[in-house]
Amino acid sequence: MPLVMKDNYYLHLMILFLMWVVIGSAWNLIAGYTGQVSFGDAAFFGCGAYTAGLLATHLGVSTWWGLALGGFTAIAVGLPFGWICFRMRGAYFALATLALNEVLRHAATIAEGFTGGMVGILIMPSFTSKAPYYYIALAMAVASLASLQLVVRSKPGYYFVSIREDQDAAESLGINTHFYKMLSLAYAAFWTGMAGALYMNYMGFIDPHVVFNLHDISIMAILVGIVGGVGTVYGPAVGAFVMVAIQEMFRSGFFGLFKWLGDVSGSDSLVRVAAVLTQAHVLGFGILVVVVILFLPNGIVGDWPKIRKRVFRLDAGA
Amino acid sequence: MDVFLQTLVAGILKGGLYALIGIGMTLIMGVMGIINLAHGQLMMLAMYVTFVLNTMGVDPYFSLFVAMPLLFMLGVAIQKFLLNPLLKTETILPENQVLMTVGIGMVLTEVVRFAFSSDYKYITTTYSNQTFFLGNISFSSALTIAFGIAIAFTVAMFFFLVKTDLGRSIRATAQDKDAATLMGVNTGRITVITFGLGSGLVAAAGCLLAPVYYIFPDLGGPFTAKAFIITILGGLGSTVGAIFGGVTLGMAESMGATYLGMEYEDIIGLTIFVLVLLFLPGGFKRLTKI
Repeated sequence: MPLVMKDNYYLHLMILFLMWVVIGSAWNLIAGYTGQVSFGDAAFFGCGAYTAGLLATHLGVSTWWGLALGGFTAIAVGLPFGWICFRMRGAYFALATLALNEVLRHAATIAEGFTGGMVGILIMPSFTSKAPYYYIALAMAVASLASLQLVVRSKPGYYFVSIREDQDAAESLGINTHFYKMLSLAYAAFWTGMAGALYMNYMGFIDPHVVFNLHDISIMAILVGIVGGVGTVYGPAVGAFVMVAIQEMFRSGFFGLFKWLGDVSGSDSLVRVAAVLTQAHVLGFGILVVVVILFLPNGIVGDWPKIRKRVFRLDAGA
Repeated sequence: MDVFLQTLVAGILKGGLYALIGIGMTLIMGVMGIINLAHGQLMMLAMYVTFVLNTMGVDPYFSLFVAMPLLFMLGVAIQKFLLNPLLKTETILPENQVLMTVGIGMVLTEVVRFAFSSDYKYITTTYSNQTFFLGNISFSSALTIAFGIAIAFTVAMFFFLVKTDLGRSIRATAQDKDAATLMGVNTGRITVITFGLGSGLVAAAGCLLAPVYYIFPDLGGPFTAKAFIITILGGLGSTVGAIFGGVTLGMAESMGATYLGMEYEDIIGLTIFVLVLLFLPGGFKRLTKI
């Protein structure tokens, strides 16, 4: 892709897109397949990012070690948490993950001497060009999708689904539900942490509000999963594409459409609309959550037959 | 000793307000079994209603009569048009309703941000910064009044739930939805009313808090978390539990702020939350039974 597209802007979008594929499919394994909805993906994301950042600033270690270790730090945080909190069910678990995320965010803010507190961490990026990051992100996305495919087609994958469908029935069949939930959490934590470390390497800057952010990371991860399709392998990839496009659309004010219109017509109010729209991405997310859950509860991939029927007026079977 | 007593008093006064915030959520959670993550945002909305009325010269305590019905209607609308339809759709994730409330909360926050910008707003009244002394202990006037009104609301709510037909229907729905339906309770209507009541109560809390707290759009999130902790502490659907939960949280936060440091205030609540979920899953309801 970088061979055809020299434009840094699109390369940047592609890297973001691939990063969200990784995070979205990790979320989808634990939430979509195992049925343990996590509201705290940012906790793992932040762990990975801080691992890479702290290694670089304190020990002077190359951030590539951070990239390798980020996923394991996230597992190290996730497993004790899961061990304690997996006896809660459904929404209670979801809220416990939310609490984990908040605790880590406060911890990163308070431990100023170690993490830099609110100031955050700034490192020198390893590459000046975006192309190497693109290939790394691509490799990670492919690896995560391949491993997801492998996991859900294997025995643990079927156990995950059985836990989602009926935990008590799964238990009565002799499945160690606690163990398999932990396994699923470890997988999700690992890939989310890796994505976090990649983010650190690529952006070169993090602070607690960026990487432990409920809206921008946790909710975005959920949206990627839900918009694409819960419990499907390729859903999150579709979801990531849609979400990155929407996020970018808001960030750039519908690709400068309103600003251009304002400049052409010379009207101040349109310029103001453009300025407002660029700040509206959280509102956009909120409306999207409401609309998607109301009309497409199974996501674009999951509800594809329904969409085909309604929008394209095609028979679902045909 | 004075420092300790002062902290205790401050914690209890704050706890009374927290109880009022918690009751709304405990009702909603108990009756519908869903977690309303837009609860704090509804309170934030009520605070802005109070703020707008205040700029027109209305006292915050009188704006209770406007904010509560307004938020009641909003709650009814949310339950009727956004949450109830979800019960009928087939999905993999039962947590869809929770996610929906997250979305609603985001929309509320951002709409308010557009209307009022992110700036901090203050309501200044004659009693905002007033204090009186009992011995060496100072009491904030506004918080004391708020505490009194909050307790009054809580007691009223308790008798409403125990003595009236509607209250009994609500409790019946909370205990067993199917059985309640069979006994002739219109459970669909009850859920709508309950969400309205919960929103109305948290609106009251918002009005009472408005004179002593600064108002900004992102205020909802932390208060949703607090309401949730109180609900878990008190046990689902328990009004008496909500009082205990609120006061406990208020005291724990004050103690933490005094003896550990201000920045630990939020972590304390979250830690209590996880500990209670693990070791006292029924909350204080186990001890009080109502």
